[in-house]
Amino acid sequence: MNSMTDTVAATPLRNDAAAKMTAREVSVFYGAKKAVDSVSIDISQDNVTAFIGPSGCGKSTFLRTLNRMNDTIANARVEGQIVLDGEDIYAPAMDVVQLRARVGMVFQKPNPFPKSIYENVAYGPRIHGLADGRAQMDEIVERSLKRAGLWEEVKDRLQDSGTALSGGQQQRLCIARAIAVDPEVILMDEPCSALDPIATARIEELIHELRGRYAIVIVTHNMQQAARVSQRTAFFHLGSLVEYGETSEIFTNPRVERTKDYITGRYG
Amino acid sequence: MSSLALFLLVVALAALGWLMARARATAFRRGGSAPRAHSLPSYHGWYVALWTAVPALIFIAVWTPLSANLVMDEVMSAPAAASLPPFEMQRVAILREAREIAEGIRPGGFHPESNALAPAYADALSRTRTMGAVVALLLAFAGGAFAFTRVSPHFRARTRVERLVMAALLGASTIAILTTLGIIASLLFESARFFSLVDPLEFLFGTHWSPQIAIRADQAGASGGFGAIPLFWGTIFIGAIIAMLVAIPLGLMSAIYLTQYARPAVRRWMKPLLEMLAGVPTVVYGYFAALTVAPAVRDFGKAIGIASATSESALAAGLVMGIMIIPFVSSMADDSINAVPQAMRDGSLAMGATTSETIRRVIVPAALPGVVGGVLLAVSRAIGETMIVVMAAGLAANLTANPFASVTTVTTQIVQLLTGDQEFDSAKTLAAFALGLVLFVVTLLLNIVALRVVKKYREAYE
Repeated sequence: MNSMTDTVAATPLRNDAAAKMTAREVSVFYGAKKAVDSVSIDISQDNVTAFIGPSGCGKSTFLRTLNRMNDTIANARVEGQIVLDGEDIYAPAMDVVQLRARVGMVFQKPNPFPKSIYENVAYGPRIHGLADGRAQMDEIVERSLKRAGLWEEVKDRLQDSGTALSGGQQQRLCIARAIAVDPEVILMDEPCSALDPIATARIEELIHELRGRYAIVIVTHNMQQAARVSQRTAFFHLGSLVEYGETSEIFTNPRVERTKDYITGRYG
Repeated sequence: MSSLALFLLVVALAALGWLMARARATAFRRGGSAPRAHSLPSYHGWYVALWTAVPALIFIAVWTPLSANLVMDEVMSAPAAASLPPFEMQRVAILREAREIAEGIRPGGFHPESNALAPAYADALSRTRTMGAVVALLLAFAGGAFAFTRVSPHFRARTRVERLVMAALLGASTIAILTTLGIIASLLFESARFFSLVDPLEFLFGTHWSPQIAIRADQAGASGGFGAIPLFWGTIFIGAIIAMLVAIPLGLMSAIYLTQYARPAVRRWMKPLLEMLAGVPTVVYGYFAALTVAPAVRDFGKAIGIASATSESALAAGLVMGIMIIPFVSSMADDSINAVPQAMRDGSLAMGATTSETIRRVIVPAALPGVVGGVLLAVSRAIGETMIVVMAAGLAANLTANPFASVTTVTTQIVQLLTGDQEFDSAKTLAAFALGLVLFVVTLLLNIVALRVVKKYREAYE
């Protein structure tokens, strides 16, 4: 196929010693339509990985394969192999409940449950049975809210409804909720697209702070954001992975024409 | 000329006006004098037709009842009326006969007075009718002619016609409201009469229901009792307790299955099938309850050693009513579960919750206000339901919590009190209105609360 000539496979980073997740030739179909075409990529443990690309390029769809959220869509089908710490996550032996406890997710629009702030954070630990008794749960909630940078703002009103917070606070609450089950990987699907610039800056700062403790994958259509928060960047176009590499390389010296066109604003 | 002929004549005139005005408007459009006239020709037609018909028809509507009084006045002032007997019932009978003779419905009267009165009657009738017809036709002509003179290229006929259409629609919606007000007024009026005979406190808090009034002081069963507590209890026991114990779990669970588990293909045929339950006539539920469920409940009661089990039991009526209510609960629950954003569900699933944990901990709590609203509407429907309880619940006003015993409800008693020949001034009959008033107030309050709850909840997700 001709388009392959301008696609550089993810080989330069394939033997990353700290790869947390590896995807090999992953394709996703919605019915007969192919939304993601044979993507191979390694997700690093210690870095923030950004997926960029124009709308409809398959970056969010691919992200959702990493914790099998596509399972909830009736006619979605995934081919290929995705491995988390040596375990194939699409193998029959893999329990999706446990997988999602290890690979958490933050969504585009903040989606706190219509419960109290405390109960929002305690939700995950409760369903996974992580806390013995009230004291330990209090500790988990406090620790998660602190890590999400929300503790100082809400510590005196933990029983207020989570939906009463501002958009930026709601998104940090969702991050605290994801952190509470102590995941290994956190997937973020355009986490700032519904937020104002100040709330966005706060989330970006938070992503910096969380780096290293969790492997973080962030989908964004904002290239400046990708440049600011990530160390690795993957450029998706028309369902395939066009180029993947160090963020500094991708933004200053892309090797593929299409990446360069996108980054310089020729399309997208 | 009869009213019907007059009506048809006015309508024919209006049709003629429509044709003429449209032809005129078409002419100035076609003629090129005003190709961009404000309104289409048919609007000019309607404008003239409405001016022809509406004032004349309003006049006919007012005149018809009014003319009956005019005729009567004229007849009573005729010399022949002086010989009418003083007794009211005879007078009415004679006047009716006289009118029938005057109109040619019957050849001659039974009473000699009516034959004497008939010519005066016929006279008065024909005079008022002619007068009415003349005025109506004059109005139609005048209205039509006035409107026709206004047909011109710049006349805004469309705006006028649209305004009248709006007024007609407003009128249509007002009729329903006025009817409701009328019903409330009649309930209040009759209830006030009842409460002048029976102490309201005894009615609302008394526990002895035996709605009868003694004709003689020493009559057997002279002691009437209008304590409605056993009725209220029976209504709540069947409609709000037993029926809801059936309808809430079954309705909620079927809504959860349909929204969360069923594949679209299954949902497509299962949901209409479930909603078909709501289309079954209540009288069919009634005999299903009385003939199928009630004997089974009685036998079951006897089998587990409850000697007092009867074939008219609260349980049988409540069970069937619960089945009837299922579609209400399930479709309200279905709506409010669907209104919970997908993001909520995704959020929970992404935390590693299973589908059932997500439903239990996130979806149902989020949908709860809507579900509660649906349940309240269902309760209000259940306590107002009549056929099932009339056929299956019995008439004995027992104050009991035994579901195998017979209890009675407010609606059953209303039917009972108003069936057959009744005197409309006895406490026994008037009690039906007081019961109706209580029922009306309770269901109204339930509906208001339910709609508020549902509305408040809807706003939360917008």
